[in-house]
Amino acid sequence: MLPELRVLFLGLALAASLLQVRGGWADIALERQRFYAGLQLAGCLGAFGVLLWTFAASDFSVLIVAENSHTTKPLIYKLSGAWGNHEGSALMWALIHAFYAFLYANTAPHVSRATKQKASSIIGALNAPTLLFILAASNPFERLAPAALEGQGLNPLLQDPALAIHPPILYAGYVGFVVPFGIAAAAILSKSVNRTVASEVLPWGFSALALLTLGVGLGSWWAYRELGWGGWWFWDPVENASFMPWLAGTALLHSAIVMEKREGLKVWTVLLAIITFALSLLGTFLVRSGVLTSVHAFATDPERGLFILIIMIAFVGGAFALFAWRAPLLRNGGVFSPISREGALVLNNLFLSVACAAVLIGTLYPLALEAVTGQKISVGPPFFNATFLPLMIPLLLVLPFGPFLAWKRADVAGAAERLLAAGLFAVLGAVMAASLAERGPWLAPIGVALGLWLIAGAASEIAFRTKLFKVDLSETWRRACNLPRSAWGTAIAHAGVGVTVLGVVGETAWKDEYIGLMRPGDQTEIADHMVTLESMRPHRGPNYVEDVARFEVTTPDGLTRYVEASKRLYPARNFPTTEAGMIERLAGDLYVTLGEPQEDGTQTVRVFYKPLVNLIWIGTLFMIAGGTVSLTDRRLRVGAPVPAKARRRAEVSAIPAE
Amino acid sequence: MTSLRSLVFLPFVFLLCITLAAPAVAVNPSEILDDPKLEERARDLSTNLRCLVCQNQSIDDSDAPLARDLRVLVRERLVAGDSNDEVIDFVVARYGEFVLMTPRFAGHTVVLWLAAPVLLLVAGGGLLILALRRRGVKPAKPKELDADEKQKLARLLSEEAKV
Repeated sequence: MLPELRVLFLGLALAASLLQVRGGWADIALERQRFYAGLQLAGCLGAFGVLLWTFAASDFSVLIVAENSHTTKPLIYKLSGAWGNHEGSALMWALIHAFYAFLYANTAPHVSRATKQKASSIIGALNAPTLLFILAASNPFERLAPAALEGQGLNPLLQDPALAIHPPILYAGYVGFVVPFGIAAAAILSKSVNRTVASEVLPWGFSALALLTLGVGLGSWWAYRELGWGGWWFWDPVENASFMPWLAGTALLHSAIVMEKREGLKVWTVLLAIITFALSLLGTFLVRSGVLTSVHAFATDPERGLFILIIMIAFVGGAFALFAWRAPLLRNGGVFSPISREGALVLNNLFLSVACAAVLIGTLYPLALEAVTGQKISVGPPFFNATFLPLMIPLLLVLPFGPFLAWKRADVAGAAERLLAAGLFAVLGAVMAASLAERGPWLAPIGVALGLWLIAGAASEIAFRTKLFKVDLSETWRRACNLPRSAWGTAIAHAGVGVTVLGVVGETAWKDEYIGLMRPGDQTEIADHMVTLESMRPHRGPNYVEDVARFEVTTPDGLTRYVEASKRLYPARNFPTTEAGMIERLAGDLYVTLGEPQEDGTQTVRVFYKPLVNLIWIGTLFMIAGGTVSLTDRRLRVGAPVPAKARRRAEVSAIPAE
Repeated sequence: MTSLRSLVFLPFVFLLCITLAAPAVAVNPSEILDDPKLEERARDLSTNLRCLVCQNQSIDDSDAPLARDLRVLVRERLVAGDSNDEVIDFVVARYGEFVLMTPRFAGHTVVLWLAAPVLLLVAGGGLLILALRRRGVKPAKPKELDADEKQKLARLLSEEAKV
């Protein structure tokens, strides 16, 4: 019975969303928008609640529950099964969208009330097509008759805590960019594209980007731990789909900073807001339509793909048309010399946008070529490394200069002088890396220098601004406390980029591996670790059986550690997985996986040493922290709305008495 | 088929060879060549050859039987004395260009290879021209401060000095 309530809930949400459309041209009051947005959210929450309930209760009369769940699964994976499929994830998308629409409508505006009204109307209304899509073409509550006795289970690879929360967080990042999109569209519509628009965009952009970073990072961490060969980034089209909005979103935030401070780059910021959300939608289309496996897979089941394609073209085409119509009216304020903070941020945008375009072209080119000429080619990691990395290196090289440059007109020599210590530190690090490493490519020490340059550059900026060692420490401390949060956020995020670079360089340049056959008692040495296969034994888990190998490892610092790796079988799907065993240290991970057992009683064992690999995700955490700290900056705070009565009173008292 | 489709549709998840039975590192001890130089070349070549039945996975990473066959083939050619290019040509002749992770630079991939560099040159060049042109235009000389403003400035500066 409960699943049938969905029509009611979704209908309510759709109606509310459609009611918000009116705000676009009729000036319906913000209070009314808030009410509709609340209704929309309530409808989506209701529908999603029902979905969670059907999964929690293992109601196998519902198709997607039968396909994706199983009674023996732990509850967390029963619930995560709700979004581990097409229909459920579409509903989650709608819910998150409704949540943003509600949150946006209920915060105090930086922009004029008229613009805010338009923006919240656009954001709320943009959810209508998704809701319509769920009602018409992607029903998560489709019944299965007769009901299945047992579900097919969730893909065991996905039964991982990181992956259970990965989709909601990634979606929160993706969908989050609907807010900058809505604000930009509203600003063009109401012909008031000014710095307040940037103030309005920035907090939402920062939170969306932080969530997207977390989502992408979690996905990469999961792949590293679960896929069994320690890869963490594959330039897979699905990854690229999430990486493109990340690049565009990063560019958007940096250009919005110029717009907020100096009224510059207005046209470009508005365009980026549109592009970023467009790329989020493109990602959805790529992943959902099946077009990625092959153009033909899309053609055989085009209904859903077409729907998303139409939504995308309508939104993006509409937004671009609006932009083309109104952009000529926009005047960029704030003249600046090429050597200035603005100039540095333009350079940042140039490289990030071209990098984003490179990823976009690499992802879509094989599809386009196959559709046009029928030729099938692959565009894999070597291509992306060859096109993407050369664009990142100059960007990261000049990055530490940015925060040292003054607005309008800056002095590079002065900035270079302040960065001298950071530069020396980086060179020293490279020399040390080169002398310590016995092998690896000659580029690796340069990579290390780049990473250290970013970290030390960020630290230099804080040191400079707090006058570290120039005044006494208590004074430095006081200055550090008074430094704007955005300065801290910038430094933390930029240092995080450096930390990630170090991890990437360490893992790619100095990884080591052992592949061989072992029997209990056999030993092997890898990267100064002594690895002994101690025993093999069978074990039974809640919904799987496994063979567990126990290894004794003597680490370089002389400690004895134990690590277990296993080959699992999930009977519900007859699905084997390999569970890697890891000794995680900051210096590097020892990563052990099992291959096939041989007939002579030996076991295929693969041991990898991955130096500095955890820095990749630690750097990601720094970036997220940086974004979060920036978000708490006084300028970017989104306030609670002032009740209408209090506002009117404030307005009245603001009128000077004659 | 349903399970396969639901997997393909899986939202924004970093799935590679998930459609395969077991994801694991591929190279098996029995395949490794005795000559470490030759084995290293084999590994290098393998990372640039695609497992044809997987999604975006190289034969070096894939556990699929077909990937195994290709790995063995690459090693056979190397042992027979082929150069790296000869091995690649041999594999492409058999399986088509789809097998290459890095597409060849040719008529049908010109746009792919040149798009990013050209874009960078055009956008970067455009910005440079814009900057040079703007250089000629002197920004208007700022207005002199009036007495009131000068006083304000002095006060702010003295506050800053105290900080």
